[in-house]
Amino acid sequence: MFKILKKEYLANNIWLMDIEAPRVAKSCKPGQFVIVKADERGERIPLTICDYDREKGIVTIVFQVVGVGTQELQKYEVGDSYMDFVGPLGNASELIEMPVEELKKEHILFVCGGVGTAPVYPQVKWMKEHGIGVDVIIGARTKDIMILENEMREVAENLYVATDDGSYGFKGNGCDQINDLVGNQGKTYTRVVAIGPMIMMKFVAKLTKELGIPTIVSMNPIMVDGTGMCGACRLQVGDEVKFACVDGPEFDGHLVDFDQAMKRQAMYKSEEGLAKLRYEEGETHHGGCGNCD
Amino acid sequence: MEVDVLKRIPVREQDPKVRATNFEEVCLGYNKEEAEAEATRCLQCKNPQCVKGCPVNIDIPGFIKEVGEGNVEGAYHVIGKYSALPAVCGRVCPQESQCEAKCIRGIKGDPVSIGKLERYVADTAREMGIKPEKAESLNGKKVAVIGSGPAGLTCAGDLAKLGYEVTIFEALHKAGGVLSYGIPEFRLPKTRVVDAEIENVKSLGVKIETNVVIGKSTTVDELLNEEGFDAVFIGSGAGLPRFMGIPGENANGVFSANEYLTRSNLMKASCEDYDTPIIAGKKVAVVGGGNVAMDAARTALRLGAEVHIVYRRSEEELPARVEEVHHAKEEGIIFDLLTNPTQIFTDDAGNVTGMECIRMELGEPDESGRRRPVEVKGSEFTIAVDTVIMSLGTSPNPLISSTTEGLDINKRKCIVAEETNGQTSKAKVYAGGDAVTGAATVILAMGAGKAAAKGIDEFLRK
Repeated sequence: MFKILKKEYLANNIWLMDIEAPRVAKSCKPGQFVIVKADERGERIPLTICDYDREKGIVTIVFQVVGVGTQELQKYEVGDSYMDFVGPLGNASELIEMPVEELKKEHILFVCGGVGTAPVYPQVKWMKEHGIGVDVIIGARTKDIMILENEMREVAENLYVATDDGSYGFKGNGCDQINDLVGNQGKTYTRVVAIGPMIMMKFVAKLTKELGIPTIVSMNPIMVDGTGMCGACRLQVGDEVKFACVDGPEFDGHLVDFDQAMKRQAMYKSEEGLAKLRYEEGETHHGGCGNCD
Repeated sequence: MEVDVLKRIPVREQDPKVRATNFEEVCLGYNKEEAEAEATRCLQCKNPQCVKGCPVNIDIPGFIKEVGEGNVEGAYHVIGKYSALPAVCGRVCPQESQCEAKCIRGIKGDPVSIGKLERYVADTAREMGIKPEKAESLNGKKVAVIGSGPAGLTCAGDLAKLGYEVTIFEALHKAGGVLSYGIPEFRLPKTRVVDAEIENVKSLGVKIETNVVIGKSTTVDELLNEEGFDAVFIGSGAGLPRFMGIPGENANGVFSANEYLTRSNLMKASCEDYDTPIIAGKKVAVVGGGNVAMDAARTALRLGAEVHIVYRRSEEELPARVEEVHHAKEEGIIFDLLTNPTQIFTDDAGNVTGMECIRMELGEPDESGRRRPVEVKGSEFTIAVDTVIMSLGTSPNPLISSTTEGLDINKRKCIVAEETNGQTSKAKVYAGGDAVTGAATVILAMGAGKAAAKGIDEFLRK
């Protein structure tokens, strides 16, 4: 059992939790993820590692409530325990595996969107701990749904915030902000890391391809076991099929087939929608609505 | 009960029409009267061939004699000397090509139903509350076992009986490996059989820690150097599912058999009160002809689909057990033989709408000795399916081999280990089961787990 030591509401249905998980805390690295299963009947849900404390044996996770599985996770309070918490899974961030001296020569820009801000945080924190200053963009639709801004400000060299509606910081999305930094503010970057909704990563990668900046994205597709056994998380990357859980989760953003990945992401949409209705309202929906069959 | 010595006592099964709609076990097993009658057919050979056909060399005439005398407890302890999982083996071992293939009764008539008798003993012993015999005292040595499938459970059970303190590390949230995630309920009941056998192994003193991925959460070297284990056995299983590499294979509705079976068996996706979803499919093609393909097909059928097995060779070459093919046919699975997929079609949303196949014919024998399937030019045709399940075997998982210093792998990326004692290229590290051989059977993995337990014991007693 894995005890919840802290629970905090961030914004926009996004929650942060500290979990007692000494084995994971001891060995995890920025860029990796965990799989959480609340109880006997729960789903195995892949979640981002946002932070960790090796000495205290604590792993910080951040998740957004989107379906039945995450709704169930959110019901747990401080002092409760999740039945299963396994990891770290996937590979560490490509950048932190590079020699620090090499990294110091790079100009790195992190672009985060929504709940994707959480996996960026430990990478930027790691960079600061190793004396590497990096730029970070946090993009959000509007001010109220932005997360981890203060935490990120403490570890980033420069933090840029962008909102679609202009309610806070730069008016525009992540791509607009990149264009502004590179086009108007004379910034140059040798590397971009984009983590967020697939649609955001798709457009950031499209832009950076035009700008000629190598770009890493972190994929979070549907998964079951997370150890390479099921192949549910497969992605087309260039002319190869890759498993996000064992080959990723990071990939070359210029090679990922995002359109296919987004279609695969929607595979269980009608099943999930029905499950959510059952969860919220009981047996009220029996098909025939035209949205599901 | 009257016995014709040339004919085996038939075993009762659920009616095919009924069982096609439920997940209850297909085979109902022998009762006391049937088992004792079948036991009388054993010739009690002085030089028993059946024992030679068994990968773990169970004293088969010995346990059958006890069954004949009505002593189930005695029979259980005879088997227990050789096998930690008799209720599993009695169900999923390919007896027809092992012990029963060698039975002298088989020369003129039916071989003795060894598998069904083993199952009877294990099930009856469980109902009677008989437990395996535990070691009298611990010997002070610790062994780590990676993976709680058939190889790991067997190795752990044998070592515990010898007085070792054994901890099994399991990557998933539930113990059992392929017995839990792979083989369906209707062939191997989970709570009644698998969980009970795992409890028996635990009753020998074996600890099981779930949610630990060796190679990620910790490593083989850390187990030896930091966690104080004197030896490690790797029984991590097969690994990554293979796909064909044909166009459309990443479409929504194309699954590996591993994924489909894991959702259904381990995650219990077809149960209303479990959260994991599964797309049942209305018309399903299962590509492949092994036991896993049969399991996936029969699962899809029970979830309500029309199911086709698509296999590139002919019926004779089907690698699945004859019993599984027979059961699948009885239940209404359609076999599209000498047929090979060439591409998968999708709609705009990326969902499968059909699969193009080509007819095959058999040519000259290949390296496997089976006749090589050759495409019949211009014979492409399309079958309308909404779900495709790829059951083409697996390739080894690199998680452990890539994180363990000095552990050699072969060109197929399987861990290299001695067949007789499981010793790998690294001191104190042993391996067996699918991680070494590539995908094989439950009993072969158990045989390897057993050999490694012996190897570890010999090494640690030095």
